Amino acid sequence: MIISGKALKYGDNIDTDVIIPACYLTSTDPAELAQHCLEGLDPTFSEKASSAGILVAGKNFGCGSSREHAPLAIKASGVKAVIAASFARIFYRNAINIGLPILESEEAAEKIKEGDQLEIDLDKGEIKDLTSGETFPVNPFPPFLQEIIERGGLMNLVKERVESH
Amino acid sequence: MGMTITEKIIAAHAQKEKVAPGELVQVKVDLALANDITAPLGIKELEKQKIDRIFDPDRVVLVADHNTPCKDIASAQNVKLMRDFARKYGISHFFEGGKVGIEHVLLPEQGLIVPGDLVIGADSHTCTYGALGAFSTGMGSTDIAASWVLGETWLRVPESILFLYEGKRKPFVTGKDLILFTIGKIGVDGARYCAMEFKGSVISELSLDERFTMANMAVEAGAKNGIMEADSKVLSYVSERASRPCVVYQSDPDAQWREIIEIDVSPLEPQVAFPHLPSNTHSVYSIPEIEIDQVVIGSCTNGRMEDLRMAAQVLKGREVNPRVRLLIFPGTPAVLKQAEKEGLLRIFLEAGGIIAPPSCGPCLGGHLGVLAEGEKCVSTTNRNFLGRMGHIKSEVYLANPYIAASSAIAGYIAAPDQI
Repeated sequence: MIISGKALKYGDNIDTDVIIPACYLTSTDPAELAQHCLEGLDPTFSEKASSAGILVAGKNFGCGSSREHAPLAIKASGVKAVIAASFARIFYRNAINIGLPILESEEAAEKIKEGDQLEIDLDKGEIKDLTSGETFPVNPFPPFLQEIIERGGLMNLVKERVESH
Repeated sequence: MGMTITEKIIAAHAQKEKVAPGELVQVKVDLALANDITAPLGIKELEKQKIDRIFDPDRVVLVADHNTPCKDIASAQNVKLMRDFARKYGISHFFEGGKVGIEHVLLPEQGLIVPGDLVIGADSHTCTYGALGAFSTGMGSTDIAASWVLGETWLRVPESILFLYEGKRKPFVTGKDLILFTIGKIGVDGARYCAMEFKGSVISELSLDERFTMANMAVEAGAKNGIMEADSKVLSYVSERASRPCVVYQSDPDAQWREIIEIDVSPLEPQVAFPHLPSNTHSVYSIPEIEIDQVVIGSCTNGRMEDLRMAAQVLKGREVNPRVRLLIFPGTPAVLKQAEKEGLLRIFLEAGGIIAPPSCGPCLGGHLGVLAEGEKCVSTTNRNFLGRMGHIKSEVYLANPYIAASSAIAGYIAAPDQI
């Protein structure tokens, strides 16, 4: 699968409170959550996200609370993938479980610039920066996580296991 | 090669003799909890998939503690969804109303956690139970809902970092200060994906309440879990409450550590974490005079009896600065009752404090004490991220209950010996 879009760049330690503040967590509707995604950091985020497409951040992206509302809000805002130097572990699991593509690459996170045109090949595990001409390899997921991703999220796997019993 | 406590618990739950860091394993789950923010997403996901099987209702815990007493219609709907789900599947560990407390204060108190357990929760501070020698870690709603159905989950075995605390603590230096100092030292991703094992003579001397505070904040260093050996204090606490058998593990002398970090606590002074990261720590004696508008004492970090006793020790016979709102959240109904019995509530009220119901309340900017633009708060909670307690331009300073109480009296951030 190929994902393409423009880079929207943010810094280190983007926490889940700033991704989606707790005052909106009474809702579980992704579209509603998306309206407030990252609003404290960048009031124009939801506007930019739908046209840009790929969020690029520094280290420890998604640190803080376990709220799955965070990757849900990012996904519903129109972001097609998140590239970061590193991810906080709960966010990492949540993103895989709900089907938001995430890619870890310190080099890509450092070198990609705001507005660069990117092309991600998920199968090959490769990020191409078409603006700079650079290519960044990404570590592939372990087979078990690959399986969750291919089934479109964890719940589909759970359902299969329940039905096979 | 030996194993750490964390590796031993994971191995036992994966029915393996040995596991090593980096390995992906399927593990049996002893308990899986969720709250009124995270449970609704999981419940709706199960309904959407038409999955109506729960592996073992007694291993599910639902705690309506975040937006309760319900702050609006949407939060009331969320609790109703949990209640209906609990009734449908016969989930007995559903807590609301006068039975509810802050989840990570409540579960140990109810005897639901024992040493050697493997517990997961849709709340990042699930790591609190490491203070009892259990492996516990936070996950999202989907992972937790999946474990309700399957009775198991997957884990990547974490590398362990050993933190050794030695020395003699100065006055007003608590478990909160040890963990804030540690996070300040290694950073908010200093233990990312790792197990933090806390050990040393200082840890042995700590009360259980202070140990809960330390394990609670392991996630603020990015850790998967925080853990301590279950000693005699833990075993006597658990034996008064729990019915399930304990399994006590110790790390082997030849266990493999990613790093061993030795901390001499003797020179350590009470810590204050400045906005907007828990790692932004300073000694309370080295900071300028910072005027404040609010003080919060409570939360899953510092809402236990010892914490209220520390606050009362400072507040007794004194009055809160008129510019400051002092909010006190006893962690559970039992903590509230005990505080009443010991006369602490009278001390708080006479000082001009507000006693709030057991709830997460303002910790995450939900309700019961949200901050306005430009306001500053000293809080015994665990996070001071941008906008965490309210307006994006408000500020949270993290500290222990002594510092929080004395700041409420002074009107600026201060230690008890500065007021």
